[in-house]
Amino acid sequence: MNELMRTLLFLPEQGTDYARSVDHLHYFVISATMLGSAAVFVTVIAFVIVYRRRRARQSTPVVEPKPIHEAVFIGLPLVLFLVWFGIGFPQFVALQTPPKDAMDVYVQGKKWMWKFAYPGGPSAVDTLRVPAGRPVRLLMTSRDVIHSFYVPAFRLKQDVLPGRYTQTWFQAKEPGRHQIFCAEFCGVGHSAMLGEVVVMEPSEFDAWVANQRRVVAAAQDSAPVPSEDVDVRTSLVDQGRKLASEYGCFKCHTVDGTLHIGPTWLDLYGRREKLKDGKWVVADEGYLTRSMMDPRAEVVAGFQDVMPTFQGRIPAPEVAAIVEFIKSLRTSTVRPEPSKGPVYAPIPPAK
Amino acid sequence: MPPSPPPSEAVYNRPNYLTADRGVWSWLVTLDHKRIGVMYLVLTTIGFALGGLFALIIRLELLTPGPTIIDAQTYNRMFTLHGVVMIFLFMIPAIPGIFGNFLLPLMLGAQDVAFPRINLLTVYLYLLGAGIALWGMIHGGADTGWTFYTPYSTTTTTKVAPILLGAFILGLGSILTGINFIVTIHTLRAPGLTWMRLPLFVWAIYATSVIQVLATPVLGMTLLLVAIESVFGFGIFDPGRGGDPVLFQHLFWFYSHPAVYIMILPAMAVVSEVVQAFARKNMFGYKAVAYSSLGIAFVGFFTWGHHLFTSGQSAFNAGIFGILSMFVGLFTAIKVFNWTATLYKGAIQFSAPFVYFCGFLFFLVFGGMTGIALATVSLDVHWQDTYFVVAHFHFIMVGGTIMAFLAAVHYWWPKMFGRMYSERWALVAAGLIILGFNATFIPQFLLGNMGMPRRYYSFPERFWPLNVASTAGASLLAFGFLIVLVYLVVSLAWGRVAGPNPWDSRGYEWDTPSPPNKENFPGTPVITHGPHEYQDTEDGGAGSEVTHAA
Repeated sequence: MNELMRTLLFLPEQGTDYARSVDHLHYFVISATMLGSAAVFVTVIAFVIVYRRRRARQSTPVVEPKPIHEAVFIGLPLVLFLVWFGIGFPQFVALQTPPKDAMDVYVQGKKWMWKFAYPGGPSAVDTLRVPAGRPVRLLMTSRDVIHSFYVPAFRLKQDVLPGRYTQTWFQAKEPGRHQIFCAEFCGVGHSAMLGEVVVMEPSEFDAWVANQRRVVAAAQDSAPVPSEDVDVRTSLVDQGRKLASEYGCFKCHTVDGTLHIGPTWLDLYGRREKLKDGKWVVADEGYLTRSMMDPRAEVVAGFQDVMPTFQGRIPAPEVAAIVEFIKSLRTSTVRPEPSKGPVYAPIPPAK
Repeated sequence: MPPSPPPSEAVYNRPNYLTADRGVWSWLVTLDHKRIGVMYLVLTTIGFALGGLFALIIRLELLTPGPTIIDAQTYNRMFTLHGVVMIFLFMIPAIPGIFGNFLLPLMLGAQDVAFPRINLLTVYLYLLGAGIALWGMIHGGADTGWTFYTPYSTTTTTKVAPILLGAFILGLGSILTGINFIVTIHTLRAPGLTWMRLPLFVWAIYATSVIQVLATPVLGMTLLLVAIESVFGFGIFDPGRGGDPVLFQHLFWFYSHPAVYIMILPAMAVVSEVVQAFARKNMFGYKAVAYSSLGIAFVGFFTWGHHLFTSGQSAFNAGIFGILSMFVGLFTAIKVFNWTATLYKGAIQFSAPFVYFCGFLFFLVFGGMTGIALATVSLDVHWQDTYFVVAHFHFIMVGGTIMAFLAAVHYWWPKMFGRMYSERWALVAAGLIILGFNATFIPQFLLGNMGMPRRYYSFPERFWPLNVASTAGASLLAFGFLIVLVYLVVSLAWGRVAGPNPWDSRGYEWDTPSPPNKENFPGTPVITHGPHEYQDTEDGGAGSEVTHAA
């Protein structure tokens, strides 16, 4: 029955018990309202047939209701409405009240990405890893405008506000992957502000957290602080590609020459660009770095001034990696040798 | 009431309010409420066509998951313009501006509204507001959505200010119209026209006017606060400067939720008249329908928080606003049941206005029921800001208002212009429009259930088939509207002459020639019967005794 109704109503899978109970109320409300509407329509159609006009200027009796009629008209819907509210409101209160033993994850929304930080140290962009069967509380804020954290599979949505913390919680039933949307309009990248909840087996999750801690701790010993998942043993270009994707650069910049919200990175290095104020600039390492840190200062002509600043958010070594990656994107047949990166012995993560 | 002559002998009343004065100047300075109504008809129809064009561009863009015809920034401008134009240039001014103006004095037995010069001023305020907003659209256009949520709207690089100013001026016109109607209804009723004999159209327009006068100033203040923040840098909504981003949502919806009733109450006004005229029946539960209009106007002021269930307001607030929202549903249910019961023992003529009445009932009931579902707080969390909400308000607010608008146009067209349109084409178009509307928005309900958020330029591929269905429905809808436009314009010149009362309606406004004279009535009329009493309209009728339903 649950599966049938869910399919009929095009609802996504139910990733939590909460989603299941909300869906049951949904089925109840939709069935009752559809039956009620159908009853009204059938009555209208019946009246239209039975009481069709038979003569021009036909007389009709004046019919007025007794008080009992109006009482029924008011009482019937009122009782139904109150029953639904009586079921729905406690569900909502439960959604607003995280259990005391919930695991905390800090969520930061910004144009146009989700950042998740775990109290233990690890952090991630656009991928929220959580254990199955344990309550997770999300403490959310925004760096710029209002966003809204939405996971359809959990029937869960909470606005993410600048200058405030909002919270919500869920307890995923089983391992799987569920899409995260931004539901509050936030600009040109609104529909690309997607993420994913990855529900893991609790044991796998614990192992992942422990491993992340070691990576971060090891990295903190050395000066550069690579973000999670970046293996410092790979070349700078490969690191840059990965970092650019994590920082959401590709939501606006393409690497294949097609026009998008920002200038394409293909053949960008060394190009002479005309700026909005009519000046010309050569896109060298200095310009590329300045554009990440103070994007409003030198906007290329023909593009919107929409890029957020990454000042203080990308550590210097990562900037270098991204610049190296941009330098590597050439179409010319004489392909210059991409930089191999600085020569130093990477610190192997402790096992 | 004199029996109407057979169609072949119907006379076109001449000279009438259209032909009494000639020349463009006589229109520009007219104080005649009927001419002002006709000007509103032309202006709001242009607004509707413009908003519809933006809607078609949006639907075409959503035909494929990625970029289709425009880029993301243009798409954002398009849905902003669609919302702003449809709401401020069509939905709010249309029915009060056209039919309120044209019919209110005729229904009250008055020669004009209480303040004819202010009435003309509102037309120019409309033109000014629309002009400034259009100028802003051409020079960049805003990308904030019609809701202008801060801090996005105070930090966006697009030009929000002209559109805010345009909305501010349109709001002023709306307030003036409201005051004018309230004073007219209080002071210009003909002898014998007691409050309990007022046509239900007047009751609902009265309720609308009260909302316009009380709520619209809050919109003005809110828009001013946004302007002050962006010009002088005061921290009102921007948290970076000590402001509160959610405060804007409270202020905005304090106007914009009652504004929904500014749109739907006039629709209910029309429908109450149409159902009585085409069922040839008095309203079943006249008082219940009249007072429920006031009830909606009152409760409508205390429901704005249901737009903020997921905004971080307290669960307690959410509960209060959820319950109060259901009261709107309750008042609407009273109306729906009474309209339906009005058909009982009637003599129903199944013609174009009645088809639109049925369409209205369908969209109102179906859309209203989804509204109750949305007010059930926990269900709203999944649907908030998804296509379910988009479909919900298009069903109830747009579907309802458009159906009533078309019902009004078809019912009062012979009164306004003295000629009949082609009934056959009217039925074809009505069928197409109702079908198209369902085909457009039922897929959007399902998209919302699937979880597709609104204002998405691109979308995952699993949403593709339903988006194609919705776009197909939209094109059908546009085609239906075009047919209506064509046969109505054709009827102006070549339509059959209607005569004073082609529907044999007993609404007071039909006791005048069609089109009416420049002076509505030769003397002051005296009202001797309630509106829409059909118990003694033919020899050997059922008599005038009031009976009670079984």
